[in-house]
Amino acid sequence: MRNPLSDTVVKIKPSGIRKFFDIVSEMEDALSLGVGEPDFDTPWHIRDEGIYSLEKGRTFYTSNSGLKELRTEIANYMKRTQDITYDANKEIVVTVGGSEAIDIALRAMINPGEEVLIPQPSFVSYEPCTILAGAVPVIIELKAENEFRLTAEELQNAITEKTKVLIIPFPNNPTGAIMEKEELQAIADIVEERDLFIISDEIYAELTYKGSHVSIASLPGMRDRTVLINGFSKAYAMTGWRLGYACAPEAIMEQMTKIHQFAIMCAPTTSQYAAIEAIKNGDEDVAQMRESYNQRRRFLMHAFREMNLECFEPFGAFYVFPCIKEFGMTSEEFASRFLAEEKVAVVPGTAFGDCGEGYLRISYAYSLDNLKIAIDKLKNFVERLRNEKTS
Amino acid sequence: MRGEILTVIEKNSRIDISELAVMLGAEEAKVASELAAMEAEGVICGYHTMIDWEKTAMEKVTALIEVRIAPQRGQGYDKIAERIYKYPEVDSVYLISGGYDLMVTLEGKSLKAVASFVNNKLATLDGVLSTATHFILKKYKDHGTVMTKKYTDTREMITP
Repeated sequence: MRNPLSDTVVKIKPSGIRKFFDIVSEMEDALSLGVGEPDFDTPWHIRDEGIYSLEKGRTFYTSNSGLKELRTEIANYMKRTQDITYDANKEIVVTVGGSEAIDIALRAMINPGEEVLIPQPSFVSYEPCTILAGAVPVIIELKAENEFRLTAEELQNAITEKTKVLIIPFPNNPTGAIMEKEELQAIADIVEERDLFIISDEIYAELTYKGSHVSIASLPGMRDRTVLINGFSKAYAMTGWRLGYACAPEAIMEQMTKIHQFAIMCAPTTSQYAAIEAIKNGDEDVAQMRESYNQRRRFLMHAFREMNLECFEPFGAFYVFPCIKEFGMTSEEFASRFLAEEKVAVVPGTAFGDCGEGYLRISYAYSLDNLKIAIDKLKNFVERLRNEKTS
Repeated sequence: MRGEILTVIEKNSRIDISELAVMLGAEEAKVASELAAMEAEGVICGYHTMIDWEKTAMEKVTALIEVRIAPQRGQGYDKIAERIYKYPEVDSVYLISGGYDLMVTLEGKSLKAVASFVNNKLATLDGVLSTATHFILKKYKDHGTVMTKKYTDTREMITP
């Protein structure tokens, strides 16, 4: 029999998270700080709209790009939060999570051999989706001393004549880093000068704890070079509904919608009805959840300071990214031993790129009570390691 | 700052002041003085414990009583409300818009004890025109807390 597989797919590395997941799921009564989704239930008024839509029998396909009312609300949201104008008819597509939007944006923009700049540590799908689109991923390794923000110099150094797209993943999973307006402006200047395009993954936009999130698409000239990706998962605690969206200039959106139409048809109808309620009436829920996350974030930063664990202060998403280089082991060794000895799961930084070596992703999408127990265990573990080192 | 403090302690009154200060990103001394001030001003009226008595061996009966009253000249409803709320077995007294005037909640050791209070004390007060007593059969949710089920984390252990 011939080899039934695609060489391109076979060559893609399996997710580093998957490997760890398999170990954890074998373990009983392990605590986890390893999730990438909110601990809150979807607010009831949003769930109720989903249920109501089912009761009314709204169980059919929607138009390819999504319910008109939802696209209109997304356009309103972009106008009121970022002052960017998008045409709800031609410049917005509702997708199956932000993940689909990343995939179709790359596929719509890239020709074989062109280069996509991917700052890392970052979400696990940019690199494989780039490869699947036939392009060449070029990694920009972000640095702890810059609080894992992308600098103009780092960008400048990574650009070649083949570079076409830059991915901007802020607020960032796994580091929790954000980028503020001036820093984005410096990036935008280079993007303009070197005639690049941007995929800006802003799925954590609402979870920003220092001022309000600024989208690079809101800077002069950038709207027409940017595919802006957002969704409902993180802001409204709706991960399982699988609903995201992309906003892009018409020429790009037309092609993205084509892929979406053939590959997906349309995003889940029930989720779309629920999402209309979320985006229209969910601001207060978002504010409450953001405040809870922020309190936990402060709690963790305080705990790290107390145990002398090096960690820059992150202002976005729901992750902290402490440095464990002092212990002289790899992230994976640290995470494995921590799991084996204290039964707490964290994700090694390397799951998000090689430059995550020496770091851990710790999620604070857990109740404060849970965090306290887990952090006590981390404290024990860290003390034990330090004692081992000195003895 | 006050709003933030209250939002946290309304859900968790047992939280340490130092921990509260960390969560709010504020000085511990400042949080302590705000708390003391709010206690002095009566913004914070007490720190109580929520108990699901059904899960204990102790018998408790809760009743909601609708009370219609004739307001008194010059004092409106306040005087009679005061006469009612001074009874220690009365949990809460609200002046209500609609078909009746006061909503009184009451906790007693037994149906008999509650009935006796209503018949002998409440209904016989001057100015009370009528009462209607509703016994609570089951508490699903109280003070924002669902009593019937416990939160369980059903998420996958590790996700990207």
